[in-house]
Amino acid sequence: MSLTLFLIQCLNGLQYGTLLFLIAAGLTLVFGVMGFINLAHGVQYMVGAYLVFAFQQLTGSFVAAVILSMAAALLLGLLLEHFVFRHLYGRDHLAQVLATFGIIIFLNELAKILFGPGTLTIEPPEFLAGSVQLTEQLRYPVYRFVTILAGLIVAVLLYITVTRTRVGMLIRAGATTPDMVSALGINVQKLFMIVFGVGAMLAGFAGVIAAPIFAIEPGMGDNILIIAFVVIIIGGVGSIRGAFLGALMVGLFDTVGRTLLIEGLEVVFPPSVSNQVGPALASMLVYILMAAVLVVRPQGLLPAKGAA
Amino acid sequence: MKARSKNTIANLATVLALNTALCSAALAEDIKIGMVVTLSGPPAALGQQIVDGFQLALDQNGGKLGGETVSLIVEDDELKPDVALLKAKSLVERDEVDFVVGTVFSNTLQAIFKPVIQSDTFLISPNAGPSTFAGKNCNPNFFVTSYQNNQNAEVSGLIANEMGFENVVIVVPNYQAGRDNVAGYKQTFKGTVVDEVFTPLGHQDFSSELAKISTSDADALFTFMPGGMGVRLVKQFEASGLDESIKFTSVFTTDETTLPGQQDAAVGFLSAGSWAPDMKTEANLAFVSAFEETYGYVPGSFAAQSYDTANLIASALEKTGGDMGDKDAMRAALEAADFNSVRGSFSFSNNHYPVQDFHLLEVAKREDGKFWTTAKKTIVTDYADSFHSECKM
Repeated sequence: MSLTLFLIQCLNGLQYGTLLFLIAAGLTLVFGVMGFINLAHGVQYMVGAYLVFAFQQLTGSFVAAVILSMAAALLLGLLLEHFVFRHLYGRDHLAQVLATFGIIIFLNELAKILFGPGTLTIEPPEFLAGSVQLTEQLRYPVYRFVTILAGLIVAVLLYITVTRTRVGMLIRAGATTPDMVSALGINVQKLFMIVFGVGAMLAGFAGVIAAPIFAIEPGMGDNILIIAFVVIIIGGVGSIRGAFLGALMVGLFDTVGRTLLIEGLEVVFPPSVSNQVGPALASMLVYILMAAVLVVRPQGLLPAKGAA
Repeated sequence: MKARSKNTIANLATVLALNTALCSAALAEDIKIGMVVTLSGPPAALGQQIVDGFQLALDQNGGKLGGETVSLIVEDDELKPDVALLKAKSLVERDEVDFVVGTVFSNTLQAIFKPVIQSDTFLISPNAGPSTFAGKNCNPNFFVTSYQNNQNAEVSGLIANEMGFENVVIVVPNYQAGRDNVAGYKQTFKGTVVDEVFTPLGHQDFSSELAKISTSDADALFTFMPGGMGVRLVKQFEASGLDESIKFTSVFTTDETTLPGQQDAAVGFLSAGSWAPDMKTEANLAFVSAFEETYGYVPGSFAAQSYDTANLIASALEKTGGDMGDKDAMRAALEAADFNSVRGSFSFSNNHYPVQDFHLLEVAKREDGKFWTTAKKTIVTDYADSFHSECKM
């Protein structure tokens, strides 16, 4: 593999990684802080994508659509928390899995009824429509650079919020000793609601910025949810720093590793073998990475020690 | 307890009465057709086209085919072989249908094949055309009205030869149909396949594959990415600027099911197929305008093949007077394929797969702003599949 190709693949991996981080950040907060398994996190990502599509149609402006979608995603998260999740905090994980799985099925079908089964697309806004010439033939859309930037900004904001602010302190405290925090007169229920709302909004935001790159279709969040779980297991459950590291590792491993692995196999084996084995092995790469991390550090690379 | 059992009996009686009423509404004389297609998940749009195409043919004839009243039972296979099997079994055992029409995908077809065939019911596939039933496992009660899966890729290879492509990169999803398309393409393409890239099924981000293509000095890309994958690949291919230096050729990637998502990004992209909505035969013009008027969208090959399936059954029912007792006569009537296909020339080979023309298709924008494929040039005429000689029928 030439150096140019390697660098381009690193860029692709970085971009995939930041997108994964946006999804995994919300998941790791809800899972780590509240001990709640939210399988519906992936479908909230899908909802974000459909929302930006719908608001774009209504307002005609991408920026307005993004703002409205985030507000709507937050509202949906709060509604779900109020009507469904709140009643499940005290229950075991199986009840949580069943209920949130039901939400996946419900929202996927609802999207199909409202928007049809076909694949929808949305254009990036005019002022981000340009592209950068990477090689003689290959261009890299500016919009993809913007998604990397957005991911990095969210990462910094989240990190500062959790480690440097009063709310962040309460979140960390509420996660380790909810009873004590409650006894000190803090409304833990309300705290959890805030965490949940922010988690839902982050998933929605990921869907919003992914919509112009990937197409919008029912069920688009189902596969990405699995990868998001891989990310937070690698990074350490409940840890924002861990989610960031895990997301970049998975993004780079999947993109660069896939190319390197297949090229490597082509050197060792005849094409007929490498063509069969390579793609199958490449799909397993991130799971192998996860298994390796679990063997060496079962708690994840940067676990939350009461701190995120 | 007593009251409850009384209730139960009353309920049972109601159910029975209802059942009888329903049965007599669909008279014993009716021809029953069961349809097994995918109507949920991302590929639901394909199944919907098949239902709509068939329903259009029924509606145009006042709910009749070949003069016989037809009751159509539609089932969703959810793209799961086990679900398809269950649905097909209930169609032949409980509903005792005369024909089963299905499926969209080859894996679900393989699941329903045995139970339908063993019950001595005719099975007609409006889309899936796997090689498995085209050769030595062909069956007298099995018909395919679409194509044999490899054919479109074989024709794509011929197109590449004709256009003088020397180096081609192939990108397909890593599953059976993807690999079949690679095999079909290589069978006819005379140039060099510089790279074969296999992606996971349902792939989201093609940027890594596009980077590979850009460093491969290929003059053309050949791909098979149905549904949402095709929408993403086409959009990302165009955004990467590769469309300026590399020709995009494909099968089932830029068709009427994906074009509403791809829009301008796909204009000018090439594909191979046996039908396009702009084909100027009289039957086709009538079909396309009636379909758009009824359903409000441009029909794709799935709808066209399904419409043909309905008309094939109509022609056979007319010939036999709707007599389902004489299977041999019905089979002979189906084999004759004595109907006016929207594809123009259409006949069955000895293995009951179609013999038809294949064309070079190009995506174009219509004056009303909608997108469709147009037939540019006929590549092969009366083209039969490569497996029919192994069939002993």
